[in-house]
Amino acid sequence: MGVTANNSRALPWALVTPALGWTLLFFVLPFLAMGLSSLTAHEGGSFTLANYSQFLTDPSYWRAMVNSLEVTAIVTVISVLLAYPFAWILAEQVPERWQRLALMLAVLPFWTSYVVRSYSWLLVLSQNGVINRALTNLGLVAEPLQLANTRFATVTGFVHFFVMLLTLTIFANLKQLSPSYRKAAADLGAGPVRTFLHVVLPLTLPGIMVGAFLTFVLCIGDYITPQILGGNNELLMPQLVMMQIGRRGDFPLASALSIILMAVVTVAYLACARWLKIERA
Amino acid sequence: MRVLVRIASWLYALAVYGFIFLPVVVLVLFSLQATSFPIPPFTGPSLRWYDAVLSDTRLTSALVNSLLVAVLSSLAAVTLGFLSAWGFARFTLPGSALLRGLITLPLTVSYLIIGMGLLVLFNWAGVPKSLLAAGIGHVVINLPLCFAIIYSQMGDHQINIERAARDLGAPEWKVLLLITVPVMAPAIFAGFFLSMTFSWDEFVISFLLTRFDTTLPVEIWNLLRSGLNPKTNAIGSLVFAVSIVLVVLFELTLLRRKPA
Repeated sequence: MGVTANNSRALPWALVTPALGWTLLFFVLPFLAMGLSSLTAHEGGSFTLANYSQFLTDPSYWRAMVNSLEVTAIVTVISVLLAYPFAWILAEQVPERWQRLALMLAVLPFWTSYVVRSYSWLLVLSQNGVINRALTNLGLVAEPLQLANTRFATVTGFVHFFVMLLTLTIFANLKQLSPSYRKAAADLGAGPVRTFLHVVLPLTLPGIMVGAFLTFVLCIGDYITPQILGGNNELLMPQLVMMQIGRRGDFPLASALSIILMAVVTVAYLACARWLKIERA
Repeated sequence: MRVLVRIASWLYALAVYGFIFLPVVVLVLFSLQATSFPIPPFTGPSLRWYDAVLSDTRLTSALVNSLLVAVLSSLAAVTLGFLSAWGFARFTLPGSALLRGLITLPLTVSYLIIGMGLLVLFNWAGVPKSLLAAGIGHVVINLPLCFAIIYSQMGDHQINIERAARDLGAPEWKVLLLITVPVMAPAIFAGFFLSMTFSWDEFVISFLLTRFDTTLPVEIWNLLRSGLNPKTNAIGSLVFAVSIVLVVLFELTLLRRKPA
């Protein structure tokens, strides 16, 4: 160590303690408090497992979890399928000097406020919004379609966000591929389609998995998009959690539901952990 | 075949760009008309609703609150992140991998759960809902980000420069301020700007942890209760503009500082 003896012990700890302390105090401790709270009764505060058993026995709570998983799965699949060709075009078809600009443009709305983005989709999809106006003017539909306050609207809002996120990650992945792989495939006589299917796609698969997992985690925990776009026609888990706090101030039940949601994410993580080896370039 | 792929690529890319920009264009376009509903047909342009937004003290004070929380919480996050990254990169600490894992752990948990935990804790401890409480939450989400960015950029090259300074007799604090901070400036800027944009945009933690004085996303949320409202379009367009300025600044600082 190139550090003088007298401060070699104190200095490093002085550097890392503030960050560790902050994490312990405002992340670990709140989590423990939430765990404790989930085991107490809303009235009286005595120990109980009722908050968890309520989730297991009440079908409407189950329904919210199933809805959340369904929506998240649909969103993840559609977003990957839309984003991959788009990222491929940006990385392979757009001339090198325009790529940075093209990518920056493609993810510009990514940086707008989450609340505003969902509201903007409400404008587009509402009864007298641009889509319904266009469809009726073209004579394609007689009555405006019910697009807002549906699962379709929630999925659209989510896909919009995650296509941008996945384009970023998949683009980075494609650019990291060494050109020598493609050259080798071409030298061995593979055409472009074969090179893509047998070389490029398998090599970018780990990156896709990381992006898909990120989509899963962010999507299943989001409250705003389903609340603004889906409305209350069908509830997703985050809406159910917020409902317990907002309407009844039932922190214990909200805590239990949050922990169940987190457990599901953890299980999903463990299930795909072996595909999630994040490799350093 | 080549040409076909090219044409199909252009069409596909155009369609995706269209999908990505459709809501933004609709938002901004209908913020510029004077009617009471932000719906077609377009009858603008008019700045009526921008006037209404800028004279609405609730919205303007929420905007100031948001900027304040974003700047202060990002400063705190980047300071804590930088110091800990420096500590872990330069010194061998017992259980280093575990402790680094602990610092980055909040990245894997959704904001809703971080906010819920803080709400329960503060409720028990008797800490009132406030902008400070929301700011604390924003440091929790941004500290791991700043740490990860800065830590990943601390390589052997920087260690050698620091060692040279130490060999020439510089005390530890001088090495930190005159060598490490300037050398690490791009990563520090990156962490700071990313934290700013995330804090500026953050909704659920602020929603749970503030009451009367609140941040802009929460105030916009309150506006949404009145349904489609051109005022929401106007404030939304302004927020979009601020975010774009932040992102462009971010790109420019990174590009300018990148060695050729």
